[in-house]
Amino acid sequence: MRYLTARKRAEGKGASGTGTEHFWYMKVSGAGLALIIPVFVVAFGRALGGTREEVLAAFAHPAMAILTGLVIFFGLRHFAAGAQTMIEDYSHGSTRRALIIAVTVLSYGMIATGLFALAKIAL
Amino acid sequence: MVQFTLPRNSRITTGKTWPKPETGGTLRKFQIYRWNPDDGQNPRVDTYFVDLDDCGPMVLDALIYIKNKIDPTLTFRRSCREGICGSCAMNIDGINTLACIYGMDEIKGDVKIYPLPHMPVVKDLIPDLTHFYAQHASIMPWLETKTNRPAKEWKQSIEDREKLDGLYECVMCASCSTACPSYWWNGDKYLGPAALLHAYRWIIDSRDEATGERLDDLEDPFKLYRCHTIMNCTKTCPKGLNPAKAIAEIKKMMVDRHV
Ligand code: SF4
Ligand code: FES
Repeated sequence: MRYLTARKRAEGKGASGTGTEHFWYMKVSGAGLALIIPVFVVAFGRALGGTREEVLAAFAHPAMAILTGLVIFFGLRHFAAGAQTMIEDYSHGSTRRALIIAVTVLSYGMIATGLFALAKIAL
Repeated sequence: MVQFTLPRNSRITTGKTWPKPETGGTLRKFQIYRWNPDDGQNPRVDTYFVDLDDCGPMVLDALIYIKNKIDPTLTFRRSCREGICGSCAMNIDGINTLACIYGMDEIKGDVKIYPLPHMPVVKDLIPDLTHFYAQHASIMPWLETKTNRPAKEWKQSIEDREKLDGLYECVMCASCSTACPSYWWNGDKYLGPAALLHAYRWIIDSRDEATGERLDDLEDPFKLYRCHTIMNCTKTCPKGLNPAKAIAEIKKMMVDRHV
């Protein structure tokens, strides 16, 4: 039991001064991904079914390598930022913070792994 | 906090079926949520029968009929009975709305009535709106000015006045906020559609001089950005207002000053 006034409960700690950046990032990365994902899917689809050498050669092409790098980086950052929103919606307190850390680590880990693999193929 | 099941002491049990009126008219079945904080019992759903030939056309008329003629302990809020005071908001037939302007003819089958969802219940159909009202108070729902008060009045052009249409009509019934999943899960921090619609009403008022401070107060991942444009608010508003649009306008203003 805490004797807090309704007004104090409603105002909480005030405003954090953040939020718009995350909101805007989701819009911009969403719009960017809407442009590059279809191109990537078509290019990826065309490489599918080839021999190992053909697939490696397709991903070693500068345009394809750059496109794949962009998809990996922005796709996973967009995923992490979106997942953060869902985590904030559905979990609270320390669980919330632990899950946000986990999803951030996961996204950067997958980005690093993806870019490393791409570099090995393309360079 | 997300909850997919009701706490044990909130689980709804089958209640009493009250005797049918013997006035000989057409009867309509009502199933109404009941909970009394004083009897230590779980909530229940009671069944009543209303003689439509002896009752007005709105759901509120039926509730008043039940209270006057069948069960005086049935508890609900009402005042104006014409959609202006906002006090009779409840969940009727699965929709948050005002009982006084919701016609019984709009409902198929039995009429099921519950309090507004996911709010603490004071008794029967009365939700505790203390936090909701405090959130409204927190957005400073008044004209804030810094310039010395003019001799006569704060002037506003016809065009600027028109920007308040669709905002000032809100009756603070809480139907929208209590229809919003984001408000259910994070209502402690998220202001909800009603308070945000009111915030926008003052942000967009050409006479108000605290626009920047008002936006500063909303710059927060929870207070404002828990809105995910689910649109339940707009769908349910019994006054036909569009809180989702008001929130989108606030977000646009946030982005405007950010990039
Ligand atoms: S916007 Fe509509 S639903 Fe929400 S509080 Fe105002 S009148 Fe009620
Ligand atoms: S009684 Fe006033 S809005 Fe319904």
